[in-house]
Amino acid sequence: MEPGEIHALLGENGAGKSTLMNVLYGLLQPDEGEILVDGAPVQIHTSRDAIAAGIGMVHQHFMLVPVFTVAENVILGAEKVRGGLLGWLDRGRARREVLDVSTRYGLRVDPDAIVEDLPVGIQQRVEIIKALTRDVDLLILDEPTAVLTPQETDELLAVMRTLKADGKSIVFITHKLREVKAIADRITVIRRGRTVGTASPDASEDELAALMVGRQVSLVVEKPPAAPRGPILEIGGLVVNDERGHRAVDGVDLTVRAGEVLGIAGVQGNGQTELVEAIMGLRPVVAGSITLDGAPMVGRSPKDVLRAGVGYVPEDRSVDGLVKEFSVAENLVLDLYDQAPFGNGLVLRPEKIAASAKERIAQFDVRTSSHESPVGTLSGGNQQKVIVARELSRPLKLFIASQPTRGVDVGSIEFIHKQIIHERDIGTAVLVVSSELDEVIGLADRIAVMYRGRVIAIVSPDTPREEIGLLMAGITGEGPASDEEVEA
Amino acid sequence: MSTVTVEDLAGVTVPRRFWTRERKTGAVFVALGVLAAGLFGALAPAETARFTLSEDASGAALKINGQFGAILFGIVTIGAGATLLAGVARRWTSTLLGLGILAFVLSFLCWQVAGKFMPLVDTAKGSLELALPLILGALAGVLCERSGVVNVAIEGQFLMGAFGAALVGTMAASVWIGLLSAAVGGLVIAVLLAVLAMRYLVDQVVLGIVLNLLALGLTGFLYERLMQPHADVYNQPPRMPTWRIPGLADIPVVGPVLFNTNPLVYLALILVAVISVGLARTRWGLRTRAVGEHPAAADTVGIRVKGTRYRNVLLGGLIAGAGGAFFTLVSTGSFNKNMTSGAGFIALAALIFGRWTPVGAFFAALFFGFANKLATYLSAIGSPVPSQFLNMLPYLATLIAVAGLVGRVRAPAADGKPFIKG
Repeated sequence: MEPGEIHALLGENGAGKSTLMNVLYGLLQPDEGEILVDGAPVQIHTSRDAIAAGIGMVHQHFMLVPVFTVAENVILGAEKVRGGLLGWLDRGRARREVLDVSTRYGLRVDPDAIVEDLPVGIQQRVEIIKALTRDVDLLILDEPTAVLTPQETDELLAVMRTLKADGKSIVFITHKLREVKAIADRITVIRRGRTVGTASPDASEDELAALMVGRQVSLVVEKPPAAPRGPILEIGGLVVNDERGHRAVDGVDLTVRAGEVLGIAGVQGNGQTELVEAIMGLRPVVAGSITLDGAPMVGRSPKDVLRAGVGYVPEDRSVDGLVKEFSVAENLVLDLYDQAPFGNGLVLRPEKIAASAKERIAQFDVRTSSHESPVGTLSGGNQQKVIVARELSRPLKLFIASQPTRGVDVGSIEFIHKQIIHERDIGTAVLVVSSELDEVIGLADRIAVMYRGRVIAIVSPDTPREEIGLLMAGITGEGPASDEEVEA
Repeated sequence: MSTVTVEDLAGVTVPRRFWTRERKTGAVFVALGVLAAGLFGALAPAETARFTLSEDASGAALKINGQFGAILFGIVTIGAGATLLAGVARRWTSTLLGLGILAFVLSFLCWQVAGKFMPLVDTAKGSLELALPLILGALAGVLCERSGVVNVAIEGQFLMGAFGAALVGTMAASVWIGLLSAAVGGLVIAVLLAVLAMRYLVDQVVLGIVLNLLALGLTGFLYERLMQPHADVYNQPPRMPTWRIPGLADIPVVGPVLFNTNPLVYLALILVAVISVGLARTRWGLRTRAVGEHPAAADTVGIRVKGTRYRNVLLGGLIAGAGGAFFTLVSTGSFNKNMTSGAGFIALAALIFGRWTPVGAFFAALFFGFANKLATYLSAIGSPVPSQFLNMLPYLATLIAVAGLVGRVRAPAADGKPFIKG
């Protein structure tokens, strides 16, 4: 990093950007390697060391006390006090400091406002002011635009330019190519915890996309050609909002047919999560229709959706997929605990549950010491196999796998991929969502690319990956060829 | 400059629902007021109720016709409720709340006291005395919980404090050493609470209850084995003296209540002021609140989360322990098994009813103390209202408070949640 430079760290979610920055800020400890500040190695054990070294950070999840005023949040930890040991807060000075910084850098904010009453964009300003009042030389912005509207984003970029002019260095973490090109002086691309390249902002988006998504040889998934039949899942004009009420899925039309795998490619955060959750009944639908084998599914509960013949592997298995403290056997019947033969809604039948669990463990090659082990003690790959085993144990019409192999070892990846293809071959409609382009290309019979809540193209898996990478970055320029649906 | 933000805000403000907390509270007050004016007014005999300024029936007194008073104050309650319901005076919500409760109580008193007399000084003094341990206990709770540690062990800290004061106070033949030992007794429980909650991450509510049982068992055992057989050696602590503050003590009513009393009262009053101002205005207070609301944020700006919590829990232990000294050094003059009989839980109730603020907890404790004193008074004058109803009041009031009827009750966001780094 050089003074007055904006350095963009580009990479997909889970690539290790945030981890790297948390290490810099002393929240996590490095296992090996060293950090140099002004040429000298420094040990950053706590955030206090980081602040002392002139490093400030705006976290992806704001580190503001919601019930405090702006001024209280800004001074917290670096309070100016009078009266020695009494530690009397100098509140007038705190307010002046906030106003000083906010006028100097165009970060308008009322020092007496309560933070929780402020919109997200303003809260972010408070975070930046907080860092600036600590005289930082290096400011880390971790996915700062993820929570902002386009207008707020433009304002933020303007603020960053002002800071740069003032000689501050900025590390700008993002996965949005447009912003990087608009503001960065230098770009480092990170993938799977490694620096895979540096680029200047003159690099074309297509080069950057390729770097970000990677050129490695795709994991080969052996599969016979698909034999798709009639449509099972039909989505029309679907609109879904995210937690903050922003439009996450913005008019999606999709059809998944029996006996085919539809893969959804896209940089994470472009509406895939919300799309899948809406299908599962986990998230309210604002507008549009979802039908499963002709039956309308909008407004049905997740249980209804599962019972209608949908299998679901959620993207975050530890939060949504498993109860970590429960045993493997119990996790295997989370969906059917109240149904014969495992129970009758009143009591469970442990012997049936155990017998079925042993069978599944053998069939899906789950490596566990016993069916009674807590599922949290298993490796990521085996946990994922437990979920896949559970979901594929019911007769399905539609199987949805979201990030099916995230954090899973190579051996398990292969196994899970085989299971997915097997499910397709017995005539189930399969929807695979993955931010790993290789995985989508390997599994899918058709690929839908999502960008900003829309399906911007449906392409064949034979499409060159660079082209798909461009689509993931929202660039459809090439020609109508890639926009056309590839129908069998 | 600030106006810009306010305008920005206006765009995102969610339209307010009609049934705000204020309106709900107002509706409840109107109902209470109707009850007071109607029922109390109907039952009250049309005789004079005398609130005497001295101990006996004669002498200067405030007089009011019982029936008239019951109806009048009932109408005041309705008025306070109606103002809240109209939603026209948002800034005065707290004042109206206080007025409503006060008028309701006065209406009740007019009914009960009609044809009789109530000694004001004695009532006030008794209320404050009964409230004293509650104030100190609730302050201890404020310190712990504002920093994010739930303290259900106030009862145990009281018991250890009461026991320590009796034992060491007797042996050292000094009330001040007794008070000091009481504080240390509370500290012992606080250390256990802090270490088990923060180092070993034990669930804090369960832990608090276990610590109460531990204190009960330990003091009970030592009482039976040590104190009972040799009461003269171990269980006759000196009583706390009365300190008369010259000048101030001569003010009528207020003087004898506030300025001619035991030092523990002065300590409690000073602590309420100090902690209240300290939380709002000092670095210690800001950090304590930050750690209780959003420990991760405090950590990122270099505040030691656990250190701050330890300090507050231990400080709270000292204060609650001192509150325990009330039972042996002020109230009875000797230790008895389980002599606190749930006062720690009422202190906890006062803390919640007082919305986790020192001043709020102080008034809640006073209110509970008054209810307690009133129960004694009512049974003395042979009132038809069972005293158990009044003893129930703290818990009832707390339930109402927690249900959110008395303004917004919000615990510190990280209360009871251990902070684990990384």
